[in-house]
Amino acid sequence: MDHQPRKWMEVKDLAVEYTVEGDRVHAVNQVSFSLDRGQTLGLVGETGAGKTTIAKSILRILPDPPARICGGEIYFEGEELLTLPEKKMRTIRGNKISMIFQDPMTALNPVYTVGSQIAEVVALHQKVTGREAQMEAVRMLEKVGIDGERFGEYPHQFSGGMKQRVVIAMALACGPKLLLADEPTTALDVTIQAQVLDMMNQLKEEFGTSMILITHDLGIVAEMCDQVAVVYAGQIVEMGTAEDIFDRTAHPYTEGLFNSLPRVEGSKKRLTPIGGMPPNPMELPKGCAFSPRCPYAAKKCAEQCPGLRHLEGGHYSRCIKENVVRREKR
Amino acid sequence: MGRYIIKRILWMIPVLLGVSFLVFSLMYFTPGDPAAIILEVEATPAQMEACREEMGLNKPFFERYITYIYQAFVKFDLGTSYINGRPVMTELLQRFPYTFRVAGISVLVAVAIGIPLGVMAAVNQYTWKDHLSMLAALFSMSMPNFWFALMLVLFFSLKLGWLPATGIGHWTCYLLPCFSIGVHSAAGLARQTRSGMLEVIRQDYIVTARAKGQRESKVIFGHALKNAMIPIITQVGTMLGRQMGGAIIAESVFSIPGIGSYMSTAIKSRDYPVVQGGVLFVAVIFALSMLLVDILYTYADPRMKSRYESSAKKQG
Amino acid sequence: MERDRRKKKSQFIMAMNRLKRNRMAVAGLVIITVMVLASVCAPVIAPYGYEQQDLYHIFAPPGNGHIFGTDNLGRDIFSRLLYGGRQSLKIGVVSVAMASAVGILVGCGAGYYGGRVDNLIMRFLDVFQAVPALLMSIAIATTLGPGINNAMLAIGITTIPGYARMTRASFMSVRGMEYVEAAAAINATDLRIILKHILPNAISPMIVQITMGVASSILAAASLSFMGLGAQPPLPEWGAMLSAGRTYIRDYPHLCMIPGATIMLAVLSLNMLGDGLGDALDPRLKN
Repeated sequence: MDHQPRKWMEVKDLAVEYTVEGDRVHAVNQVSFSLDRGQTLGLVGETGAGKTTIAKSILRILPDPPARICGGEIYFEGEELLTLPEKKMRTIRGNKISMIFQDPMTALNPVYTVGSQIAEVVALHQKVTGREAQMEAVRMLEKVGIDGERFGEYPHQFSGGMKQRVVIAMALACGPKLLLADEPTTALDVTIQAQVLDMMNQLKEEFGTSMILITHDLGIVAEMCDQVAVVYAGQIVEMGTAEDIFDRTAHPYTEGLFNSLPRVEGSKKRLTPIGGMPPNPMELPKGCAFSPRCPYAAKKCAEQCPGLRHLEGGHYSRCIKENVVRREKR
Repeated sequence: MGRYIIKRILWMIPVLLGVSFLVFSLMYFTPGDPAAIILEVEATPAQMEACREEMGLNKPFFERYITYIYQAFVKFDLGTSYINGRPVMTELLQRFPYTFRVAGISVLVAVAIGIPLGVMAAVNQYTWKDHLSMLAALFSMSMPNFWFALMLVLFFSLKLGWLPATGIGHWTCYLLPCFSIGVHSAAGLARQTRSGMLEVIRQDYIVTARAKGQRESKVIFGHALKNAMIPIITQVGTMLGRQMGGAIIAESVFSIPGIGSYMSTAIKSRDYPVVQGGVLFVAVIFALSMLLVDILYTYADPRMKSRYESSAKKQG
Repeated sequence: MERDRRKKKSQFIMAMNRLKRNRMAVAGLVIITVMVLASVCAPVIAPYGYEQQDLYHIFAPPGNGHIFGTDNLGRDIFSRLLYGGRQSLKIGVVSVAMASAVGILVGCGAGYYGGRVDNLIMRFLDVFQAVPALLMSIAIATTLGPGINNAMLAIGITTIPGYARMTRASFMSVRGMEYVEAAAAINATDLRIILKHILPNAISPMIVQITMGVASSILAAASLSFMGLGAQPPLPEWGAMLSAGRTYIRDYPHLCMIPGATIMLAVLSLNMLGDGLGDALDPRLKN
């Protein structure tokens, strides 16, 4: 990537490793991307590809041990987050950058009222009295469509969708500049998914928040994202605008993701899942991590680890072969 | 909630009846003639017989049991001691404050040592702090408690002469017994706290709390410990209940005139009314502390409250 | 079938490998093994008989021909500890064997049949546990009369509820599982379901509880001896030796210290082993 003035938010060569029973595993490797204000970046990939690890690295809330950020830089509004003192970092977490977690059922503390959990984040970052923090919490609850009267209720009294609304209210309570949404709708019913996504979109507009949206659902990506990065085995294999990814797919893995989607138009065609299993991070192949499953793989793919290749504009692909994917345009 | 508490108190009655039956039968089958204990050694057989008749000892088992139950549960009369003729109930109530004091302070000692130790071990899992504190807990768990008490006496009273070995005359008298009980109980508490905290610390809502920008100390003590508190409350409550029933061993080592030493002398001298009454009393105290634990649960864990309420509704 | 067995075996081997890596557990195992062997071989190892008095050397301090000194009757403490181990360890093992056998049966009954049987058994256990265990075992031991066998029985009886509750809990947690329902659906017999599907799941916590149960029974036995209800003189037993030494604590503390330390060592090593077994058998708990 070329280096002009720093972007608003930029991750550079991020590497994270886990130590599992004495063995080191690279969960995230050479991950770089950037994000402009007000934009939404989608991180797409299978479960275990390292998407959540990337998001948690930005907030520096990875459990250490076993996880350790072993390289890279993360710039946010001109500051390098990874070297920031913990005390300074705390003023960013929940305030300028906040996160929505995958499973609303477990993301809320069962022994505190939902209201006090929202008020907590307000009181932490804004100079307000306890009373004012509570008022703000009530306001946020109403903003996400929950009756403010339910302020004093406990998480177990809410349904899954309602809990996720509470989590969203908590994440947005301090008007963050960047929102990390980790599969925010995966654990929800399909009908509720749409509601929650709509609400997130609306609030994002209202607060002028940028977002990194982690998902494995390409439908959601199409709906919400400006930029897309496809993650495979801890690396970004393709990155570009949503149009780049959807209309000018360049990486075989991205193509595989599209082919495994059910399509309404060509409903006669059978789904073509990606063959094989996601790689075991303990024993990644020597060359391209996707090569064992890649339909276009050549001999050199298994030997040589490809770098990110610039295609055009902001479109990059981590594949040795040029123009292997020729996806018919819809 | 009120309904649940009433239900629990009502449930105590059959349990206590069961306990009284158990103890009554145990004492009934214990070899030895009460008349011989009450009367002097040189009493004539006729005197013994008269005594048995007077005490109702010749009546059949069930009749005696029913009489006992009636006296105990309706009139709150636990009978009189064979040895000194004093009413058991009066004696128990007189002795209870000492036991209560020792129990209360020991539990405070246990909580003050055990919970911070357990939290520290959990937060620093697999480091020397963790290993050292768990080894210490294992050691104190493995000591015979009266041996530890004796060693404390040996060191602090006999060798250094800092603290009185026995009695209750001065507040310093409580230090050794409470410390000896407290350290022993702290061990179990520390282990429980550690394992509870380890489980909680990995929960998603702890990550949420960190992601909010909360200070680590607040994350641990506010968010994690409050969740880990539930099993801890049970353990502390059980501990308190047990200790309030009299620390039999510690009270006799340190000559504290509490329930425990009353019972142990009664057991040694086969003073059946005291043993029966004492056990019943201990069971009541224990049941009440467990009830207290259940009520405290609802403060520690809001999910409990609705569970209690629904269970009270379901079963009447 | 064959694969199943191989899988089970490898699980066992994996657990044992984890146990071997746990230094504390290995140390515990070694210490307790040495203590058991020493007690068993007491007549061979012991330099003196346990009743042999040397009235010229009463209250001898440790050293000088008596490794741990002598007691108020001039008996060699080391020899008495060796013989005493036979009693103390026996109480621990036998009472736990009794309690766990009865407790597991009762717990199986309650867990398997559920409903009214379960209710009845649990209420009975409630009554039993309404009195602190030590007090209960003292009361039972008083009824039975002093002596080693009665102490064993008293401790055994009072620890039954723990095993029963635990077995029942394992039953309850496994009962609703789909694989048990699946087994029932293919008409497996009750006994087969219990033996093949439910008990194996209950076994790891049970092994841990039994190991640590032996430890706490040894402690309980010491308490009973302290109350004068355990071993009767001149039979040596650690708790009895300790409580006999209490009279002389001011001037001859070794009479008290050494038996107490021996009890602690035995209990500690069993607890370390139990902890290690717990971690080895259920690695989930460790992380």
